[in-house]
Amino acid sequence: MNKIEKTFNKLKALNKKAFIPYIMAGDPSVERTKELVLVLEECGADIIELGVPFTDPLADGPTIQRAAERALKAGVTLKDVLALVSDLRTKTRVPLVLMTYYNPVFKYGEDRFVKDAKDAGVDGVIIPDLPPDEAGGLIKTAKKAGLATIFLLAPTSTQDRIKKVAVASRGFIYYVSMTGITGSQILLDGSIEKSINNIRRITDKPVAVGFGISTAEQARAISGISDGVIVGSAIVRKIHEAPEGLKDFILKLREAVR
Amino acid sequence: MKKGYFGKYGGRFVPETLMPALMELEKAYLESKKDRAFQKELIHLQKTYIGRPTSLYFAKRLTEHLGGAKIYLKREDLAHTGAHKINNAIGQALLAKKIGKKRLIAETGAGQHGVATATGAALIGLDCDVYMGTDDMKRQALNVFRMRLLGARVIEVSIGSRTLKDAINEALRDWTTNVNTTHYVLGTVFGPHPFPSMVRDFQSVIGKEARKQIMQAEKRLPDYLVACVGGGSNAMGLFHEFLGDNIKMIGVEAGGKGIDTGEHAARFAGGSVGVFQGCKTYLLQDDNGNVLGTHSVSAGLDYASIGPEHPFLRDLGKVQYTYATDDEALAAFELLSKTEGIIPALESAHAVAEAVKLAPKLSGDKLIIVNLSGRGDKDVQHVAAIKGISL
Repeated sequence: MNKIEKTFNKLKALNKKAFIPYIMAGDPSVERTKELVLVLEECGADIIELGVPFTDPLADGPTIQRAAERALKAGVTLKDVLALVSDLRTKTRVPLVLMTYYNPVFKYGEDRFVKDAKDAGVDGVIIPDLPPDEAGGLIKTAKKAGLATIFLLAPTSTQDRIKKVAVASRGFIYYVSMTGITGSQILLDGSIEKSINNIRRITDKPVAVGFGISTAEQARAISGISDGVIVGSAIVRKIHEAPEGLKDFILKLREAVR
Repeated sequence: MKKGYFGKYGGRFVPETLMPALMELEKAYLESKKDRAFQKELIHLQKTYIGRPTSLYFAKRLTEHLGGAKIYLKREDLAHTGAHKINNAIGQALLAKKIGKKRLIAETGAGQHGVATATGAALIGLDCDVYMGTDDMKRQALNVFRMRLLGARVIEVSIGSRTLKDAINEALRDWTTNVNTTHYVLGTVFGPHPFPSMVRDFQSVIGKEARKQIMQAEKRLPDYLVACVGGGSNAMGLFHEFLGDNIKMIGVEAGGKGIDTGEHAARFAGGSVGVFQGCKTYLLQDDNGNVLGTHSVSAGLDYASIGPEHPFLRDLGKVQYTYATDDEALAAFELLSKTEGIIPALESAHAVAEAVKLAPKLSGDKLIIVNLSGRGDKDVQHVAAIKGISL
């Protein structure tokens, strides 16, 4: 069993929810990212998402776009992110998931990527511009290697899409809280709960929710209706603009997700 | 061949949020091809609104000046709004109405597609927002104002390289957010399936007309077809009808300041296969899969990638690809203006530049059709500035 699946199983047994923070690898440096991963783990993160910088992040809002620009300016590449994970593995066993666009993976070579990611100690991968329809090869190789392929569902997903994504996903399913990009305003009007219940009728795989969750209050509400809460832009912004308040912010989010 | 693919190129690499919209669009587009009322309305608008067929004009003075093959110009510059872009924009606007969308969005580089989409929105009665890079807004100020006159909102894209690719990113982000109410009128044979096929089909009217017209004028098919290639819609529109014939076809990319300088948009000369903005195709990228900046004097060709059917046709040996530099395009821009009284768009001037190289090497009984994809009024200020003339 993959480490991500184990984490969700363990939490489920304790009737707890996963807290999944996201940071951009290499923003503003690889060294800083290593420190931040350890801080996040110390604050109780169950799984950590590491963004891989890309020039054209079309699923992301301005906060993460700019973080990617800073990381690219520092010269950080997919290869560097894999080396970073490898180095972190001497210090932590916290499950690590890469969130990357597809072209860096394609250019690296899918098979080589899966092997090197696994060897480095990556546990899962999220590729927002790679729907399962185009991921046949990757799903197969990743499954063999024990690397979780986490696919996304959205408010627009039809029953057929939910079935398809549920079959292709390992580790968990990433439910996108809104039609929109990362860092947008979330609307807590009951529609997310309805969608998640609908997904749960089709699959028993864990469902974590991301996009637009920026406060402890929102995190608490989402943790009440899902298996995990992903917070990205709000943390990335804090790291960049007000790092002194980061630990408090993370602890508050952690406390809210239960 | 896998659905939505041209050989190994194409596909549908987009966030899950957009997948259902693309499926809905594909279904509507396939239905529209068989829908008599839809086709009737489209043909009616092509004739009465766009002004089709556009003429196929024998460029006698240019031909004499170059002293070789006979050069014909397919005059897309005479289409309403001044470029071939309107063929696709009107088609997609009709399709958007059919699937009940209230709002159109578009990206634009040179501004021609933005103007065409704003025009389609005004014609059908839909809201319209157009994304355009800051740098392009500067060099195509005239078209920015035209879009506003047509009732569209022009949204400035100041992130990334501030050109066409960033405008596409922003349009995709908008579409992801407003997919329930909005149709994204992608302006070229690019992006996720069904856009490359659908846009090609809407543009194929160019080649269909050209075929009839050259048969009428010369009683035979041409020997060469030449078109500029940014995303590649005017080229695909001309070429597609002739793919079954033994005709040499040449796509002309933007050579910018020269391939060695790295400042160009010649994807075949300087790029490799990648996945970008929804499809697998040729891409100017670095070794780590990040997308490189591009340069061209022409905003419409200043783009890091190319529609996926182009590399497919290149692999098959059906179409050859070359490039013209900024300087060659500017020389052709002036040459056509002076010899024929036709000011071409800087994009189309790249195709003319290739004809300038090609025609003298061929005998006088050979025929070349150049797709004059747009008119150059929008570029006049920009060219004056390059020449150091203030207007």
